Order: sequence, then C-alpha cells, then structure tokens
Amino acid sequence: MKFTEEHEWLLSEGDVVVVGITEHASEQLGDVVFVELPEIGTQVAKGDEVVVIESVKAASDIMAPIDGEITEVNEALTDEPGKVNEDPTGEAWFFKVKPTDDGQLDGYMDEDAYKDFIG
Amino acid sequence: MSDALRKTPLHALHVELGAKMVPFAGHDMPVQYPLGVMKEHQHTRAAAGLFDVSHMGQVIVRAQGGHEAAARAMEALVPVNLLDLGQGRQRYGFFTNDQGGILDDLMMANRGDHLFVVVNAACKADDIAHMRAVLTGCEVEEITDRALLALQGPAAEGVLQAIVQDVAAMNFMDVGIFDSSYGELWISRSGYTGEDGYEISVASEQAEGLARALLAHDAVEPIGLGARDSLRLEAGLCLYGHDIDGGTTPVEAGLTWAIQKARRTGGARAGGFPGAGIILDQISDGAPRKRVGLRPDGRAPMREATALFAEAEGGTPIGAVTSGAFGPTLGAPMSMGYVPAALSAPGTKLYGEVRGKRMPVTVADLPFVPANFKR
Repeated sequence: MKFTEEHEWLLSEGDVVVVGITEHASEQLGDVVFVELPEIGTQVAKGDEVVVIESVKAASDIMAPIDGEITEVNEALTDEPGKVNEDPTGEAWFFKVKPTDDGQLDGYMDEDAYKDFIG
Repeated sequence: MSDALRKTPLHALHVELGAKMVPFAGHDMPVQYPLGVMKEHQHTRAAAGLFDVSHMGQVIVRAQGGHEAAARAMEALVPVNLLDLGQGRQRYGFFTNDQGGILDDLMMANRGDHLFVVVNAACKADDIAHMRAVLTGCEVEEITDRALLALQGPAAEGVLQAIVQDVAAMNFMDVGIFDSSYGELWISRSGYTGEDGYEISVASEQAEGLARALLAHDAVEPIGLGARDSLRLEAGLCLYGHDIDGGTTPVEAGLTWAIQKARRTGGARAGGFPGAGIILDQISDGAPRKRVGLRPDGRAPMREATALFAEAEGGTPIGAVTSGAFGPTLGAPMSMGYVPAALSAPGTKLYGEVRGKRMPVTVADLPFVPANFKR
C-alpha cells in the first residue's frame, strides 16, 4: 500500500489501483455524512477533484492520485457514508482507477514514510 | 494557539477528557470530545449532555427601584414585556438597533430585586457597553467569577435532582437560586438544544467539581460546540452572527413571538425600543423576506452562504443559507436561510448552488425536530 500527502491510500489490485483515505484522515474529518462519487468511465488527471466528502464539520475533496480511468466506485458509501469512519482502510474504499501509464505510484510514500509524515 | 485566547474554569477538564479545542469568540473551547459530533448529538437527545457555556456573558442589572425599575429601563433596549415578567421567570429577547436589526439575542430573568441577563460571548463587550450607556440609572455588573454549564436532554432532570432536589419542580423558563454542595447555584430550566434541561451558573472554583459530579452519571456525556450547533439547528434556533445580525429584523427572522402584545402597536407600552417604527410596521404589514427552514434533497448539506435560486437555471440569487449542517436526529441535511416572503411558504421548491450545481431544496417548517420542553 502507498500513501499520498493528501492522506489517501493506494492499493494495486491487478491492473487497477484502489483509492481510499487513511485512518488519520477519517479522524481529522469527523463523522462523514455524505459522499459524492465520480461516474464510472470518467478520465481523470492527477490532481482532479474526483470525490466530495462532507463531514459534520466541512466539505473536502479527494483528488485523483494518478492519471487514468475510473473503473469502479463504492456505491455502498452513498447510503452509508459512516463506513468511512468505521473502516477507512478496508470496506470504505472510494474508487478504482486504471492507470494510463505504469509507474505512477512509484513517487508515493510507503507505510513507514507515511507514519513519519503524520508524526 | 494564541495566548490571547481565554480559558474557562473547565478548560483543564476539557483537555483531560480528550476534547479537540478550537478558538471560539475569543475562548479556547471544546468543539468535540472523543465520542464525536454525531454521537454527542444523539446522546444529548437520548440521555443528557453537559456543555460548557462559560464563555457567554452573565450580567446583573440593578436599579434603585428594584426589578420594576430595572425592567422599565431595560425595556428601552429590548422589545420585550419585562415589567410583567414574574419573579423567578425568564424571557428570551434581543437588543435592537435603530434600523430594526438585532444587536444580540439574550435571556433576561426576574430575580426579585434585579434582572439577570445572559448574552452571547462574541457580543458580550458591546452588549455591556450598550447597557451601561443607556441604562444610566442602573448598575450593570458583569459577573466574571462564575462559570456557566448547560445540562440538556431527557435525563437532565433526574441527574441534577441528585444535587439540587427542587429542580424537578421547575417549569420551562423558571429560574432560581439554590444552595448545594457546590455553593450557590443559579439555575434556569432552559437551554438551546430543543431538549428539556438546565443552565447552571456556578462559582468558578466549584465549576470543575460540579461538572465532574454530573459527568459521573452514566447518562451524562460531555458535549462540544459541534453538536451544540447541530442540536440548535434541528431545534430551529438562531445562531447570532449567522441567522440573525444587525441587518436582520426580528420579524424577518421569525422571532415576532418574542415581542409581547404590550410592546406592539396598540399595546400598553407600544414601541419605545430602538427601531420600533420599522419593527412594528413589519409586524402589521409583513416583512419583505423571511427566515425559513430548508430541506435539501439527498444527503449533501447546504452550508452557510450557499446561494438560493428560484429556478434550476439562470436568474439571480433570491436569498442565501445562513446555517446548514447534517441533522443527526433528522437523519438528513437541514439548513436555514432568508428568502423573499413570496417564496417562504413550506413546500416551496427552490435551488441551492453547491459546488457550481443547482441542487433542489424545499422550504420546510421549523423546528426540524420537535422541542421536548417541560411546560
């Protein structure tokens, strides 16, 4: 699993990358009450805002960590956004993206580096 | 964190309980505890929540002629019938400005020989200066050596009764002074959550002891400002500086109920408060815009400053959201905002622009969640 400075986790699963947010991020957000997911088939570029998360505190975005095509989204989060707080690194993944090019994950942190990053 | 932030007498307890502290109205206040906003909110509605509201201003207004003279003087600042307010009773009201706007909303209690007033933290200094400037025949004393706690929820009565037996006999908006093991307590049966409950003024040095005794009950959890906001919004209550301010009149804000007949046109003491002409005209003729409840379709909250439109496309904004959040008890997002009177009827379909998209929203009755007061 790789990690971004925006507190996303990235997991390679066959030819797609699964994207979610870290435990740390879910704690910072507070109780999540609404999730807006991208449409399947959307072409995204690194840095595009692809998911909107509303917590009891505020709205925030998840950005595409890599260039690619959205192949799957976790519809369960639409009805049960609270899963983001319960199991952020498991059941509450947000979307799967098929990378345009390989090697886009190389620049991201591994778990030890991420732990250092959040201190 | 700025050194200039003030700490309430319960600050150390908040930190010990694991609260996340944030600056609020010049004070370092708990926004949430480890339970989290959603569960804190639900716990308050199901059992009881303890809130530190010590940042609010506690003020005593005394006059030579006792309560009657203080009430008569104060009536020059608020469109409230204070003269007929019974001893041991409290009323909600607001300071108005010459334009009919609201300078602050407050609670005023008749405590026999004086008025006890509770004002918002952010307006405290201005309110006191305003009272001192106008109430020249009165002594306006800011109480700075007492904390203020709110115990809210259906279990509040049982919990507080163990400390002060007589609180069970109080009705909504009753006030009293009681002796206790935590010194003299000034208690009102009121709050700002839509639940039954109490606000308790306690000497600063006794505040932590009292808070710990209340928190020792299984029914009581500490509750932060986050849940306080969603609780008051579900109850349809205004937050000063957001839903009401110097540019909103009480009539626009739907607070006409707080202006008793005696202060309205044809009443025994009609007018006589700042902005009376505008406010009384609006009571007779209606206000051009009104505060309304808003229920967005779907689950996305429409937050403060969201522009409201009458049409799904085009046009200019007809109003704006002044408070918006997800309602944990409602199980849906909820907002309040101002719209033209012609578009204020419950059931009216409007649109709020969220992230560049017009989202449907329906004007709804307030409160979103029925109040649970002891009348």
